[in-house]
Amino acid sequence: MHLSDPPLMRLRSASFGYADRVVVSGIDLEIHRGEVVALLGPNGSGKSTLVRGILGLTTQQGGQVQLFGTPRERFTEHTRIGYVPQRHSLSASVRATVTEIVEVGRLPHRLWWRPTSSEDRAIVRRAIEDVGLADRAREEVASLSGGQQRRVLIARALAGEPEVLVMDEPTAGVDHASQEALAGVLRRLVDRGTSMLVVTHELAALERVVSRIVCLDAGHVDFDGSAAAYAAHVAGHAAGSDHHHPDDVTPRRGHVIGAAPLDPEPREVAP
Amino acid sequence: MTDLLALDFMRQALLAALLAGFAAPLVGVFLVQRRMSLIGDGMGHVALAGVAVGVLTGQAPVLTALVAAVAAAVAIELIRASGRTSGDTALAVMFYGGIALGVVLIARSSAGTPANLTGYLFGAILTTSTTDIAVFAALAAVVLVTTLLLRPRFFAVANDEDYARAVGIPVLRYNVLLAVLTAVTVVVSMRVVGLLLISALMILPNAASQLFARSFRSAMWWAVVIGVLCSVGGVVVSYGAETPSGGTIVLLAVAAFLLASTVTALGTRARRAAHDRAERHDHEHGPGCGHPALGHEGHVDYLHDGHRHAAHEGHYDEHGRHTTVEGR
Repeated sequence: MHLSDPPLMRLRSASFGYADRVVVSGIDLEIHRGEVVALLGPNGSGKSTLVRGILGLTTQQGGQVQLFGTPRERFTEHTRIGYVPQRHSLSASVRATVTEIVEVGRLPHRLWWRPTSSEDRAIVRRAIEDVGLADRAREEVASLSGGQQRRVLIARALAGEPEVLVMDEPTAGVDHASQEALAGVLRRLVDRGTSMLVVTHELAALERVVSRIVCLDAGHVDFDGSAAAYAAHVAGHAAGSDHHHPDDVTPRRGHVIGAAPLDPEPREVAP
Repeated sequence: MTDLLALDFMRQALLAALLAGFAAPLVGVFLVQRRMSLIGDGMGHVALAGVAVGVLTGQAPVLTALVAAVAAAVAIELIRASGRTSGDTALAVMFYGGIALGVVLIARSSAGTPANLTGYLFGAILTTSTTDIAVFAALAAVVLVTTLLLRPRFFAVANDEDYARAVGIPVLRYNVLLAVLTAVTVVVSMRVVGLLLISALMILPNAASQLFARSFRSAMWWAVVIGVLCSVGGVVVSYGAETPSGGTIVLLAVAAFLLASTVTALGTRARRAAHDRAERHDHEHGPGCGHPALGHEGHVDYLHDGHRHAAHEGHYDEHGRHTTVEGR
């Protein structure tokens, strides 16, 4: 590790979206080695679009993205980033064991005609141990709980031996026992010095591991700072919302249910 | 069996059946994984147009069918990749256009008899020529080698396209290649199984093996075993019973599926009756959970308040009090 190391990711007024629709724009963000960044924001604020854009899965519509100092268009060392996609379950259309899924993480490391080496197998075994599923390595993924399946996806990313983990909602929709286990896995990885960018809307589960918080709202970065500063920011916002402006009492147009004959009583809905 | 092998055409038919029975389920498992079980059917439709062009122009129908099926395969993947909602209807136009063109052209050609058409659609063992067999064998070898070499990558792409793309695997290229291999398999199998039934030989052995196998790898090889048994067995039965080979093979595959589902259903019921569940857990057992791990008949039990708990699907099985287990 050198001080002159380029940041793991550097975004300059980047915007991403789908086809002709811009979802996030004007993003300036740098993530450095050793950081554990939580990307927060309400549903629909563009968190997933942003991380998928960094990985090249959504269309970049402007600005610059650099990965490890290389512009994303010319970036080919994909194995340096470990992606844990947002999935509620692993595909159940065919049978597959935990080991078979995690082995996929080794593929980018070898040429297409090369068989799995004993080194590959050892790394896969270690990745499965790291997420605490060693005793279930040969079981079918479909028989695991939702939280355990998330850990299988983390193990798959770890098997690629990445320098940074990019995780999309690893704790969403996971029961309490699994969330505890998942938080334990993340803590162990952080203790080892793994850098992370974690999309989440449940900070509580990750509170102890996060070193920095970036908050997205409506496609823009709304906050970027330490966890302590974020707490103050949230408190400030809450205080601000205590102010009552007389004209705020009547629901604004465009934010109301109740405009049509079959709608219930008029009320304001969250934008 | 030995007297069957003494007949030249039967030797050829059995060899063709062996090739088709091996290649079709091997490619088919990825179609099942991608939830595209019916795509082989569509390619068979288009291949008939290719056969008809061959019959009409005096070219070898196997080669013209190959060209038509491969072109259809590439078109299917490009249309799917474009992600347009009109893609689904575009495929329908292509598939029905293909089979209709095939039927009309074969009827117009001098060599076109209803028996000829039926042979292509439903399989006819007597029509396999020596040159056909050589072509089939070469094509089947290509399919087998490519599929087995690239199996981990096909698995990765079919399992999670987003992840595959994120780690730099060229997803579209693999999807097009899989479609081309499917098209080649359609042509390899068309004489034995027939263009309307070929999809069944790709899918049904996999549907059966998915019921009882415990991993992707074992499910794939079991499907190959079932596919070979059904296709070779179907050819033998069809010779004795004077039935069309394609229909006979597919009925055997359906029987294999029904047998597998009955046996696994009974097995599941027996197992469910035979095991006890532990109380509900707020806590997940695993390495480092604080509960001692104990080996027990090939799996791991965790000792929880004097009881052995073993992970089973989404819950824990009660494997008895620790001391009573020792005493057994």
